[in-house]
Amino acid sequence: MKEFLEGSMTVAKSVALCRPGVISAYPITPQTHIVEELAQMIADGHLKAEFVNVESEHSAASVVLGAEATGVRSYTATSSQGLLLMGEVIFNIAGLRLPLVLTDANRAVSAPINIWNDHQDTISLRDSGWVQLYVENNQEAMDFHILAYRLAEDKSIMLPVMVCMDGFILTHGIEIVDVPSQEQVDKFLPAFKPLYKLDVDNPLTLGPLADPDYYMETRYAIHQTHKKVLKLLPKLTMEFAKIFGRSYDGLVEGYQLKGAEKVIVAMGSVCGTIKDVIDQMRQKGKKVGLLKITCFRPFPAQAVYEALKNVPKVAVIDRSLSLGSFAPLASEIRALFFNKTKRPKTISSFILGLGGRDITMDSIKQIFSIISKREVDNEFIDLKPELIKENYE
Amino acid sequence: MKEIRIHARAGQGAITTASILGYAYFSKGKFAYAFPHFGAARMGAPMNAFVRVDDKPVRLRSQIYEPDYIIIVDSTLLRGFNCFAGLKENGIAIVNKREGIDIPKVKAKQKVIIVPANDIAAKNIGRPLGNTALLGAFSAATGELDVEALVEAVKQRFSGKALEGNIASIKEGYEFVKNLMR
Repeated sequence: MKEFLEGSMTVAKSVALCRPGVISAYPITPQTHIVEELAQMIADGHLKAEFVNVESEHSAASVVLGAEATGVRSYTATSSQGLLLMGEVIFNIAGLRLPLVLTDANRAVSAPINIWNDHQDTISLRDSGWVQLYVENNQEAMDFHILAYRLAEDKSIMLPVMVCMDGFILTHGIEIVDVPSQEQVDKFLPAFKPLYKLDVDNPLTLGPLADPDYYMETRYAIHQTHKKVLKLLPKLTMEFAKIFGRSYDGLVEGYQLKGAEKVIVAMGSVCGTIKDVIDQMRQKGKKVGLLKITCFRPFPAQAVYEALKNVPKVAVIDRSLSLGSFAPLASEIRALFFNKTKRPKTISSFILGLGGRDITMDSIKQIFSIISKREVDNEFIDLKPELIKENYE
Repeated sequence: MKEIRIHARAGQGAITTASILGYAYFSKGKFAYAFPHFGAARMGAPMNAFVRVDDKPVRLRSQIYEPDYIIIVDSTLLRGFNCFAGLKENGIAIVNKREGIDIPKVKAKQKVIIVPANDIAAKNIGRPLGNTALLGAFSAATGELDVEALVEAVKQRFSGKALEGNIASIKEGYEFVKNLMR
């Protein structure tokens, strides 16, 4: 049913439809509305789950780790400093092969303190072994949580999934969302049956010491499983489409790529703004397009290669930085074209919207204009030179 | 596409106002995207809420710089901010009345409508929360939405006495502007 829903309410509804048994979280802006709503649903008797109140995000992550280890579908959500405080447990959850789903309301990282949106928090955990999906709008937020549980709990995967959604822009944005029925979700997402679980009647140990004779193979196994995700996710989205009537590629989405001479690569809600710019520019005969990356981990290198191999000029938007080096998403795009004969003539890298700096249609038009003239690296858009005191030239 | 910018202080219900407005458009079969932008993220700090409306899904995620309509919930903001910045040539601003606040001169085709919204709310709701009265005024001044759509939207939000009071406020805000325009 179509509803006019806030992004956080959308996620809460989606998670409730997935029937988690344990939820634990600690409030942090701009994530708070999600778990507030879930706590309310439980208190009102609309959701049969255990909500565990904790004193920090580290504890929240530890609680859902434990719950998943006993074979119970679990959920948590966080943001920024909260995700970083979970960091140590985040690696453990992947290492233990626990199919947890976590929502991150993407927010900048301190210091200085900043509650607004960018992607630095989740990008900083890109190497943790989690699958990372970035959504463009609230409908995708609804749908990708359901897909996330199905993917995570697949016997061939057994890895946690982080659904990354832009803080405020989506979490506090209200728009039309088609809310699926419980029957639809139950049909797509069967009850969680773990391969192994902690059970006092059948004792076993999860995550014990792995010395140099064993550790490396556990990392290799996760790495190889990520490759399976690239094959499975597009299959799951096809099955999803049959039940829910909405189709996604799952890995990437191309927009106006046909005959495109200049293409922007981006993740998250900014893709909507880019699409509007593309429509305007296409009307004027400009051959521009967008490649949206939904799945950042595993990185869909083959899909990106196919989409961009014949595009002359590519611009990559990063909403985070690898301070002192190349921008995270741009690095991936450049690396996959190494040694390829078919490849873009130029791959430019742009930094936008850090700490909530608004990204306007003009910001996007500037990018298309710059790449028409030259290839740039780590080019900051909408920077305020008047605020910079030192000379860095 | 129509763009509406709401000026308020955090805690004055601007997000609720935007969401009611968005829902009213939604009930009319339009696509709306209602969203806030916080300044200092503290109670009382200046903030904006926005509504962007179209006949097709709204994808644009930037803030609103050239609004068709402006709603000023707390006109003390005019002391420090140019709340009218970027208002379209033929734009309309709905301003909550407050004594001792100077309204800047606007362009020839722009309209500023001052509504004693807090007084209307105090009478109908028992508290000076003028938001819904401003929405009634918005309906009359812009012709964008009928009162029924707004009433339908507040029903999603309030119940009991609060609902009755807010419906009465919407209607009185609407009538106030209709009388002005007569």
